[in-house]
Amino acid sequence: MTKRKPYKRELPTDWWLKHAFYTKYMIREGSSVLITLYSLILAWGVLRLSQGEAAFNGWLEALQSPFSIFIHLLALALALYHTITWFSLAPKAVDLWLKGKRLEDKVIVAGHYGAFAVVTVFCLLIITL
Amino acid sequence: MSELMIEIDVLRYRPEMDEKPFTQMFEVPYTPDMSILEALQYIKDHLDSTISFRWSCRMAICGSCGMMVNGVPKLGCKAFLRDYYPKKVSLEPLANFPIERDLVVVMDDFIKKLEEVKPYIIPEKEKCLSEGTYQQTPEQMAKFKQFSMCINCGLCYAACPQYALDNKFTGPAALALLARYNRDSRDGGEAQRMKIVNQEEGVWGCTFVGYCSVVCPKDVDPAAAIQLLKVESSKDYLIGMFKPE
Repeated sequence: MTKRKPYKRELPTDWWLKHAFYTKYMIREGSSVLITLYSLILAWGVLRLSQGEAAFNGWLEALQSPFSIFIHLLALALALYHTITWFSLAPKAVDLWLKGKRLEDKVIVAGHYGAFAVVTVFCLLIITL
Repeated sequence: MSELMIEIDVLRYRPEMDEKPFTQMFEVPYTPDMSILEALQYIKDHLDSTISFRWSCRMAICGSCGMMVNGVPKLGCKAFLRDYYPKKVSLEPLANFPIERDLVVVMDDFIKKLEEVKPYIIPEKEKCLSEGTYQQTPEQMAKFKQFSMCINCGLCYAACPQYALDNKFTGPAALALLARYNRDSRDGGEAQRMKIVNQEEGVWGCTFVGYCSVVCPKDVDPAAAIQLLKVESSKDYLIGMFKPE
């Protein structure tokens, strides 16, 4: 008769708090909640715009409440965190070979920041011009 | 006598007498060049001969001595007491695997997954021996070499919360091994393996936590292998829309 009795350990619900690496991962993924909220606020603005000037001005006014500013700052911080951590992971998903050598990680990361800067300037131009 | 001592907590589990694991503390003489594995051997030789753990090569080649050292998956032979001293070290069996006894885990599921990914070269066309060997340039080898360095120690599975949450996920090492063969210029089995890759339990079970690559003792970078396979899987899906098999 076998004496085997493999013991299965339960995964605690707070597993992601036990190690900083997992906590950072959860913050990266969790940032999507606030980014979704931010896009809903923007979509709401577009809807209000379609309803006329008064409605749109009401929306603009609502954005100036301290709570709204707090939410936007939080969304900005999380979006930046997501961007930085995501760019640092990007080389893992890119497989570019030049002259028989794999493109270096830092070149790929720099390329992402470069593209980010170009898109940001382009968007600022559209908004301000 | 003023010998330096270090305290080591070991999670014990003896299936024939214990309902659940418990922690036992040992005091081991400390020297800076002593590995965790050597400390365990000291315990077995001098303090408690009933303690069980796997080991073989003592030099990070065999992949037997994987365990949780202060909650981090490590090879016992590649982790040293000097990095913990004078603090206590706590040793537990590799996370996410059932415990067989003490620091020994049941790896059957992991081995099954390694076998499932068809980890061998499937030539496009069988060549006759008289036609000679399958040749490869250094560049062709560079495309897969990193992913072939895996020693099947299982540290990446212990680091993967997706595997912990649902062990149907094929997992880091098996997918890296799959990538190793798909990326080999001598192999023609990609179509067969893409069926495994494309599943929910294949690459899409991965949420890119990335800890597997951090703990890997051989720098295999399974997270990269999986993300590259996701790209391949997406291409496969797009091509499949226009050109069904």
